[in-house]
Amino acid sequence: MPPTQVVINGTPQTTEAEPRTPLLWVLREEFGLTAAKYGCGVAQCGACTVHLDGDAVRSCVTPLARAAGKQVTTLEGLAHGRLRQAWLDEQVPQCGYCQPGQLMSAAVLLARTPHPTDAEIDDAMAGNLCRCGTYQRIRRAIHRAAQAGSAKP
Amino acid sequence: MTRTAWLVAAGLAAAACRTGGGTGPRTEPSREARGWQAFAAVAAVLQSPRCVSCHVAGDAPLQGDGGQAHTMNVKRGAEGRGTPVLRCTSCHQTENVETPHAPPGAPDWRLPPPAMRMAWQGLGTEALCRMLKDPAQNGGRSLAALEAHLREDALVAWGFRPGPGRRPPPVSQPELLARFVDWKDAGAPCAASDSHGH
Repeated sequence: MPPTQVVINGTPQTTEAEPRTPLLWVLREEFGLTAAKYGCGVAQCGACTVHLDGDAVRSCVTPLARAAGKQVTTLEGLAHGRLRQAWLDEQVPQCGYCQPGQLMSAAVLLARTPHPTDAEIDDAMAGNLCRCGTYQRIRRAIHRAAQAGSAKP
Repeated sequence: MTRTAWLVAAGLAAAACRTGGGTGPRTEPSREARGWQAFAAVAAVLQSPRCVSCHVAGDAPLQGDGGQAHTMNVKRGAEGRGTPVLRCTSCHQTENVETPHAPPGAPDWRLPPPAMRMAWQGLGTEALCRMLKDPAQNGGRSLAALEAHLREDALVAWGFRPGPGRRPPPVSQPELLARFVDWKDAGAPCAASDSHGH
């Protein structure tokens, strides 16, 4: 079985993992990128969300084979400083377990919709569950990050 | 017998009654009546959860055999592939995965796009028939192209191998194709009325 080549957070990587292995396992166990979390394991909660060629995907059900030759971005490689700052400013996390996935979805949202409405935020984030109920703070943080983005020169 | 299979059988029986199965002398059903009879099986497939879950009237897909609303407030989106963040392929892979309760998968998982909704959820058989063969409502397909779609499209094929926990359509894909061809070769009638009026 040939190794799988994948670019993770900008760095070309090679893995011998079986192609059907969930991408989440490879990221966490082989490459030590533990931001993406195992939540439900069946794409129902969003805690494992990473970017695959810029799209938000649930890495717990995404086979490694799908990532072959593609760009994988995890929270560790996310460049959105304003998004992280907004999360801090709004004190978004409570337990924090879902927040890496929330941030990854929010990053795709802002990349494609720089100034989202509440409705657009709700649509975009509906696949990321938070048992602590931080949804209102998440929404505020996304608006804050959007404003910070527009304030940049 | 499943409920859907029973409905198919009942539909076929009803069609047979309408086409000469009464108490009078037995006569051969007309070409149109035979075609309409064949379409009952086609309609039963198209109205099964595996097809209707995405051929929906609204802008949100359904899921499961009971037609419940898709979780996560998933929406059709501008291209039928979900919203910019929550795309169909955020969760659906190109094939079913082995994990129990994981989302099903097939190549190019999608809904019909908003510009060509092909929304036959809730339509009666006659209205479904008319929509299906109208190029303005079926994606510009001829009957031959529809047949090819049913034969070759990977997402159609998935419907007959939907994985555990999901009921396949009431007839097999070869049976669907056979009945579709019967219907097409009979002139693709959308009513049995020709058997009464001609």
